[in-house]
Amino acid sequence: MALRVQDLKVHYRTLRGDVHALDGVTFSVADGEIMGLVGESGSGKTTLGKSLIRMDSRMRHVGGTVTLDGTELPIGDTEAMNAFRFSDVSIVPQYAMSAMNPTRRIGKMVRELVESRKIRFSSVRDELNRRLDLVGLDRGVLDRYPLELSGGMKQRMVMVISTLLNPSLLIADEVTSALDVSTQRAVALALAGFRDHDLVRSMIVITHDVSLVYQIADTITVMYAGRLAESAPTDTLVSTPRHPYTQLLISALPEVGVRYGGKRLTGIAGSPPTLLDPPSGCRFRARCPLAFDRCAEQPPFVEIADNHRVACWKAV
Amino acid sequence: MLRLTGVSKTYRTGAFGRGTTDAVRDVSFEVRPGEVTSLIGESGSGKSTIGRMVLRLTRPTSGTVTFEGTDVARLSGAGLKEYYRHVQGVFQDPFSTYNPIFRADRVFAMIRQSYFPRVRDDEWRERVAEAVASVNLNPDLVLGKYPHQLSGGQLQRLLVARALLLDLRLLVADEIISMLDASTRIDVLNLLADLKERGLAVLFVTHDLSLGNYLSDQTVILRHGAVVERGATEKVFGDPRHPYTRTLLASVPRLGTRWEDLPVPSSGIHECATPLDEVEEGHFVACFDTDGVHHGRKSESV
Repeated sequence: MALRVQDLKVHYRTLRGDVHALDGVTFSVADGEIMGLVGESGSGKTTLGKSLIRMDSRMRHVGGTVTLDGTELPIGDTEAMNAFRFSDVSIVPQYAMSAMNPTRRIGKMVRELVESRKIRFSSVRDELNRRLDLVGLDRGVLDRYPLELSGGMKQRMVMVISTLLNPSLLIADEVTSALDVSTQRAVALALAGFRDHDLVRSMIVITHDVSLVYQIADTITVMYAGRLAESAPTDTLVSTPRHPYTQLLISALPEVGVRYGGKRLTGIAGSPPTLLDPPSGCRFRARCPLAFDRCAEQPPFVEIADNHRVACWKAV
Repeated sequence: MLRLTGVSKTYRTGAFGRGTTDAVRDVSFEVRPGEVTSLIGESGSGKSTIGRMVLRLTRPTSGTVTFEGTDVARLSGAGLKEYYRHVQGVFQDPFSTYNPIFRADRVFAMIRQSYFPRVRDDEWRERVAEAVASVNLNPDLVLGKYPHQLSGGQLQRLLVARALLLDLRLLVADEIISMLDASTRIDVLNLLADLKERGLAVLFVTHDLSLGNYLSDQTVILRHGAVVERGATEKVFGDPRHPYTRTLLASVPRLGTRWEDLPVPSSGIHECATPLDEVEEGHFVACFDTDGVHHGRKSESV
C-alpha cells in the first residue's frame, strides 16, 4: 500500500477563527494507482494536496496520520518533511507555468535543484534527457529560459523536474486547467505516461473536471466541503454514482453532443457551506434533494461495494 | 443584425512597433436575433479581440463591423451611447469586475446615472428587482450584498441583469463561464439560452467546445486569428470537415469516451489566403490537406 491517509484534519488559521478545510479524510492510494481527486472550489482538494507535501504558514495539522510506504510522514513539521520532498513525495503545482526561476536557464536551474539534494547532476543527466524525450520536449530546452517556452512546454518541463528522482507519490494539482484543449490532451497523457513507465509509483491528480480524470485515472474520489463524499473505480463512479452530490455534478456536465434544446441540464441549487463554522451532519444536506431527518447526523464514509465508498445515509 | 465583413486587426509589437502581429485575419460572419453564435478558439485565436471590436473597445485595422446597418467604428458621442444601450458585454472574471469596497448593486446605480437619470426611485427599484428576478436570482437575497458575499455565478448573473436594464439586443459574453464551478456554470448557460428565447442575440466567446455546443445555433471556429470552419452548430460539430476542428473535438475530455478511442488526425492544416469554401448550405470550411490531397479552393502559394 503506497499511501494511507487516516482521519486527516487540517485547519486554516484566520482572524475570524479556524477554517475546517480538511475535516477527517481517510483514503489510500495503491501502488501504480492514479487517483483523481475532484471537487468544486473550496472543497479542500488543494489543501489535501498541499498537506501531503508542504503546509503553508496558515495551515495547521490538527489530527490524523499520513503513511507512505510504511513510513509516517511528519506533515506538520516543515523541517522534517524536507527529507521526503522531491525524493519521496513530489508535486506539480497549480500554475506550474510560473514555477520556474525566470532568471536561470532551465538546465542550470535543474542542476541547482538536484545538487541541493546532494545528488550529482551528472548522475541524472542521462535520465533527464530520456524523460524530455518521453514528454516530447526537445533537449535544447535546457539551454533556454522559461520565458522562451509555451505554456504546454513549461507544464511538461515542470513535470519532468518534479518526477526526476522517481517519487513514490506525485501530486498533480490542476495541471491542465490553464492549457488549451489540444495541449491539455498531450499533457494529461504525458502525466499518465510517467506512471506507465514506472517513474512515479502512484499519483493524485487534483482537478475540478471529472471528464479529465475519467481519461487518465484508475479511481476517482469526490470531495465536498472538506470531506470525502464518494470514491470508486473510475467507470463505477461515472456510470453508477451513489452520492447525490456526485450524481448532480455529473448530470450538470454539458457534453459534446448534448444540446440545450434537446436536454436542458440543471445545476445544483445553493452553494457550499462556509467552513469557518461548518454545519453539523451531512454537509451537502442543505442542497440535497434526498435529504431527510437522519442527515442531521454525519454519515460515515463506508464501503458499499468493492472499493466503492460513499458518505450518504441513502446509499448505505 | 450584427455583421462582420473582412475584419482584421494588426497589432504593432516589438521595440518601437517594428514588428506586427495579425490578431484577427479577414473574419466575416453574422449574428442574428434570437440566436447564440459561439466563437470558439484556443488562446491566441483572436476570439476575444473580435468580442472587443464588436464592443468597440478596439477598432479593426480593416474591414467593418456593422450593427443594424451602422458602421460601429464611426459611432461617437450620443450615437455611441445609444449603441451601448443595445449592445453590452460580460467578461471572464466576475470577481475583478466589481469594486470590493462597494455593494454589488452599485453596478445598477451606474446604469441609472448614465441612461435613466429621470426615472423615479420607486420605479427604478421595481425595474432592478425585475431584472434581477429575470436572471433567476432572488432580489431579497442578493441586493445590498458586497461582492465577497456572493458566489461567482451570482455575480456573473447580476452583470447580465445590469445589461438587461437597458434595451439590450446583443450580449457579448466573453468566457463568462470559465471561472465558475461545474455546479453553477450550467445555470449561467441556461440563462443565456433564456435570453435567446426572448429574441436577444448572444455572441458567446469560449475555448470550451462542449459549452459552445450545448448552447449555440451558429459556431465559428477560429485558429490563429482566421476562421477555419463555420456554420450551423449541428453541421460543424456533427460533420466536422477541417482537421483542426476534428483535432479539437478529439481532444476535449468527455465522459463515456476514452481518448484512445478518439484518434487525433495527423495534421492537414494548410494555410491559404483564399475565401472559405461552402461545402454545404451554410457550412463554410477553410482549405486543408488530407493524405497530400488539397481540399478547398485553389490556393496561391503560402
